[in-house]
Amino acid sequence: MITLEGVTKRYDGQTVVDDVTIGLGGDGVTALIGPNGAGKSTLFGLVGRLLHPDAGRITVDGMDVARTPSNQLATTLAVLRQDNHVAARLTVHDLVEFGRFPHSRGRLTVHDREHVERALSYLDLDPFRSRFLDELSGGQRQRAFIAMVLAQDTKYVLLDEPLNNLDLRHMTEIMRLVRRMADELGKRVVTVLHDVNFAATYADRMVAMRDGRVVADAPARDVMRPEVLEAVYDTAVDVREIDGKPVALYYG
Amino acid sequence: MLTDSPATTSAAPAAGRPRPRLAAAWARPAVRLSALGAAVLVLTVVYCVTDVPGSLAFALEIRSLTVLAMLVVATAVGVSTVVFHTITQNRILTPSIMGFDAFYVLISTIIVFSSGSASFLAFDQFTLWVTQVVVMVASSVALFTWLFGGKRRSIHLMLLVGIVLGTFFRSATEWMQRMLDPLDFQVLSDAMFASLTRPDETLLVLTAGLVLLGCLAVVPLLRTLDVLTLGEPTAVGLGVDHRRVVMLLFAAVSVMVAASTALVGPILFLGLIVANLAYSYAGSFRHVWTLPSAVLIGVVCLLGGQLVLERLLGFGGTLSTVIDFAGGLFFLHLVLRKGAR
Repeated sequence: MITLEGVTKRYDGQTVVDDVTIGLGGDGVTALIGPNGAGKSTLFGLVGRLLHPDAGRITVDGMDVARTPSNQLATTLAVLRQDNHVAARLTVHDLVEFGRFPHSRGRLTVHDREHVERALSYLDLDPFRSRFLDELSGGQRQRAFIAMVLAQDTKYVLLDEPLNNLDLRHMTEIMRLVRRMADELGKRVVTVLHDVNFAATYADRMVAMRDGRVVADAPARDVMRPEVLEAVYDTAVDVREIDGKPVALYYG
Repeated sequence: MLTDSPATTSAAPAAGRPRPRLAAAWARPAVRLSALGAAVLVLTVVYCVTDVPGSLAFALEIRSLTVLAMLVVATAVGVSTVVFHTITQNRILTPSIMGFDAFYVLISTIIVFSSGSASFLAFDQFTLWVTQVVVMVASSVALFTWLFGGKRRSIHLMLLVGIVLGTFFRSATEWMQRMLDPLDFQVLSDAMFASLTRPDETLLVLTAGLVLLGCLAVVPLLRTLDVLTLGEPTAVGLGVDHRRVVMLLFAAVSVMVAASTALVGPILFLGLIVANLAYSYAGSFRHVWTLPSAVLIGVVCLLGGQLVLERLLGFGGTLSTVIDFAGGLFFLHLVLRKGAR
């Protein structure tokens, strides 16, 4: 489990994550939702050791994030941030190979190469393997980065807004993939999502944040209620049942 | 399950058609690097044994020192610039943005300003070199431990402070130079053009030692540098101890830059040219290939430039003016090309 105990983060006196105590990364897919500025990405930054909490403690399977060597954590926890811009020209294959860095320190063994091949074919990237990243569409590039994270072969996978700037088809594609990673490969995925309907459809559990605090943490169906969503987003939300699934309507 | 439109799929594989053997060989980074090495060897031989006025042995002794100085400077400048680019995720910077060369000029100016050009020329070269190196390394290490080592941890803030300090050093230098005696000024500006010919033997050996030390720090981190090209967040996610690695690399960069600047003078613009040429020439983004390529391209530029200046045009001395001129044009080209994209 990824356990947060009383975690607080402030920027210049402004509290962005406020005394959060929660366990993340149970079986299946967990979606982290909430309005902009609720502290979701900061929370990911803290767990992914990019930021350091002002108070509290974070452990991943008992390993204290602040004290465990970065390399050791990277074999248990993979983090994909949003906006992955790469200055150098590298191919999809090069990128996916980097996923093996925590295991091989850059000297790839036969075993590492197998992982790379498996990740490439799992994401249907074989035809694009020798393409440069800047020659790919947004959806393909996102898949290449997910393949890198998959090659990292970790128990936990954290995805920060993986659907950013993607169209309907690619959003669905990525979410199906996330579901498959959890069901077939046993990955424990935690992902920040803005679209609550995607979250409800593909996640087992939804965690809602607002003003730096966790305000809801329940199976997806229980979070998909008008009163809960309205409290989280401060917006009128209607929830209808369509084919037995809750669908939030917030377009009016 | 995941399908892409047929148009994009069919255009994908580039490796389908066999390429001619020569082109295939040329695509390999090892072949390209070897070609560069061969070019350096040829230029070295041509520079050393042609156009000898008197004793060949004497010419060889003098010229081999110049070639060694070029090798040391090219290594310092090439390695430090490529590493600096990777750390800062920006390819149109050089370590000079941290005010290294401005600081060097300032120190020299202060000496001339306070005690006149006669004592500057009489100044013990060794003491001067040691002072310059110590002051430059100490101040840059202080700068980056303050702005990167502490809680703030921001590369951009550090760069910004470096730019401000560099500008301050330049203004202070200019202010002092305006008040100099014309003769003193003449001596000073002469000394501030990087000069690679006839280096002091002891200082050259010392500089070579420091540059070697810097390289020894960088070599074990070659693969980690590759990961750093992905940016800090991704590198951290892949288990790189970003702060420790970047601090170590910065230290190596400042030692190399300080040593070579104190030896020959400000020449960091060369780094911009060789690093960017190396990125397009090396045929790989990996530092195992880009770093040696940058070094060897640096030697080719210096040695080739010196040959053209000395043998073809009959000028002596200031190769650095040519480098600054060519570097300026190249910089404009880089900026305009980036802008067009």
